[in-house]
Amino acid sequence: MKIDRKEVEHVTQLARLQFDETQPETFIHQLNTILEYFDTLQEVDTSETEPTSHAVAMNNVLREDEVRTTFDQKLLLSNAPAKENALFKVPKIIE
Amino acid sequence: MELFSLTIDQAHQLLSKREVTSQELTASVFKRIESVEKKIHAYITLTQELALEQARQADDLIRQGKGNTLTGIPLAIKDIMCIKGVRTTCGSRILENFIAPYDATVIKKLQEHHVVVVGRTNLDEFAMGSSTETSHFGITRNPWNLERIPGGSSGGSAAAVSADECLGALGTDTGGSIRQPAACCGLVGLKPTYGRVSRFGLVAFASSLDQIGPMTKDVRDAALLMNAIAGYDPLDSTSLPIDVPDYTQVLGREVKGMRVGIPKEYFIEGVEAEVDASVKEAIKVLEGLGMEVKELSLPHTEYAVAVYYLIAPAEASSNLARYDGVRYGYRSKESTGLLDMYRCSRSEGFGTEVKRRIMLGTYALSAGYYDAYYKKASQVRTLIRQDFEKAFNTCDVIITPTAPTPAFKLGEKIHDPLKMYLSDIFTIPANLAGIPGVSLPCGFTRGGLPIGFQILANTFQEEMLLKVAHAYEQHTSWHRKKPEWSQ
Repeated sequence: MKIDRKEVEHVTQLARLQFDETQPETFIHQLNTILEYFDTLQEVDTSETEPTSHAVAMNNVLREDEVRTTFDQKLLLSNAPAKENALFKVPKIIE
Repeated sequence: MELFSLTIDQAHQLLSKREVTSQELTASVFKRIESVEKKIHAYITLTQELALEQARQADDLIRQGKGNTLTGIPLAIKDIMCIKGVRTTCGSRILENFIAPYDATVIKKLQEHHVVVVGRTNLDEFAMGSSTETSHFGITRNPWNLERIPGGSSGGSAAAVSADECLGALGTDTGGSIRQPAACCGLVGLKPTYGRVSRFGLVAFASSLDQIGPMTKDVRDAALLMNAIAGYDPLDSTSLPIDVPDYTQVLGREVKGMRVGIPKEYFIEGVEAEVDASVKEAIKVLEGLGMEVKELSLPHTEYAVAVYYLIAPAEASSNLARYDGVRYGYRSKESTGLLDMYRCSRSEGFGTEVKRRIMLGTYALSAGYYDAYYKKASQVRTLIRQDFEKAFNTCDVIITPTAPTPAFKLGEKIHDPLKMYLSDIFTIPANLAGIPGVSLPCGFTRGGLPIGFQILANTFQEEMLLKVAHAYEQHTSWHRKKPEWSQ
């Protein structure tokens, strides 16, 4: 499968990135080299194979739903790029 | 012998006999750093003040007879595990000023042993790379040859241990990031079974593959660190409640009669002749110790790199969605609104390789491509896992080269991502299958570069790995060699 510039721009949007590569052709070419390499997987017969999402099988891991102290609010706000009172501050959301 | 060149175990012996103090040991390590770090650049952040305070406390405990094997030992931590109050960058501009608000579980465990934290080691940005060249904070050089890569992504940890800038280190391994740099720098590097060591507080790259493990000067040191960091953690739902043995107990035990599998798919064209020869020599050493050697096949090996570079970026694209410039991390000053702020912050904050992997992962998971890419890769992952399951019915351990080549030149592969990805070809399958693996030194090239070989075992069989690795080490002396410039 080949990816073209238009599709790269679409994926860029999905990934919340900007297509700001200084050499877009090189970037797209590199992506395509990698995607072509992935095509080798198509030769493997997996019609009878279940997918593996975790290598070591485990069931649901549950715990009691109880109130616990986790982190101090001030501490968690301390890395915020912008804050006001006890809130994270962001640019205008409704444009 | 200078104190900084000791192994963890040697230093512990001296500390417990009160022949040296942790403060002397720590001072020696910082003196060493001062003389070599300019050439190597193993560290992103040095935590000297913290280290000296920890050393003072360790000495108090040792004086009171309350120390244990790791008390007062200067260690380095890859800059991707959170240490409370210390900058944790992941080698990325996006976390350049991030101060971790809590400790990773492994750090808590090490602190219960009162280790000394020397600093945070360099890595490929978000551990994505095989050469430590994608760090926002600059490259790290291989102490054995300053024009070569130290391996990656735990290249800073490997270089720091190899150059005696710490006594041991923690790295992380998603597709070989502990084992390949260990091989490049002539060290022991162990990737535990998935679920053996808690990932809580480890900044996530690919959650179904990431594991933390030790990088050390010899096998005993790896066992000592494993004793401290392994175990179930309620804060990591993928860690498993399986008892942790004393990993040093198996050291020195006989390996006679154990069965070694040699997978033919790992001895192929593309493996450099000197690597091939050294690994085969290592197999002969083990055969000489009474191990039974047999050839076997892991038929889906050739697909492992493709599977990995679909699954790891897919998981990464989801994990790295959290860097949005809102709660922590870099925020662009250029943006006009919320969406634009996300895009600008991420584009300015991430480096090229990280963006490439986010793009690959997003594409592989996007509508219309999920079945062809992500699902297909997950199915082939099952086949790779089954290859190992079958193999371990007929053998106890598997031996392979750790990497097809010794450390390559700085800049050699950085502009050819696929070529870079293929350097992980022999380490990736263990992560996909969740099994443990260890790399240890087994020779040098004519040019003086270390060569490593890899031992793999079934899940939760770290003792088997350590037993065989230690037996090999006792009959060879590769691990005692130091880079010449540093003597």
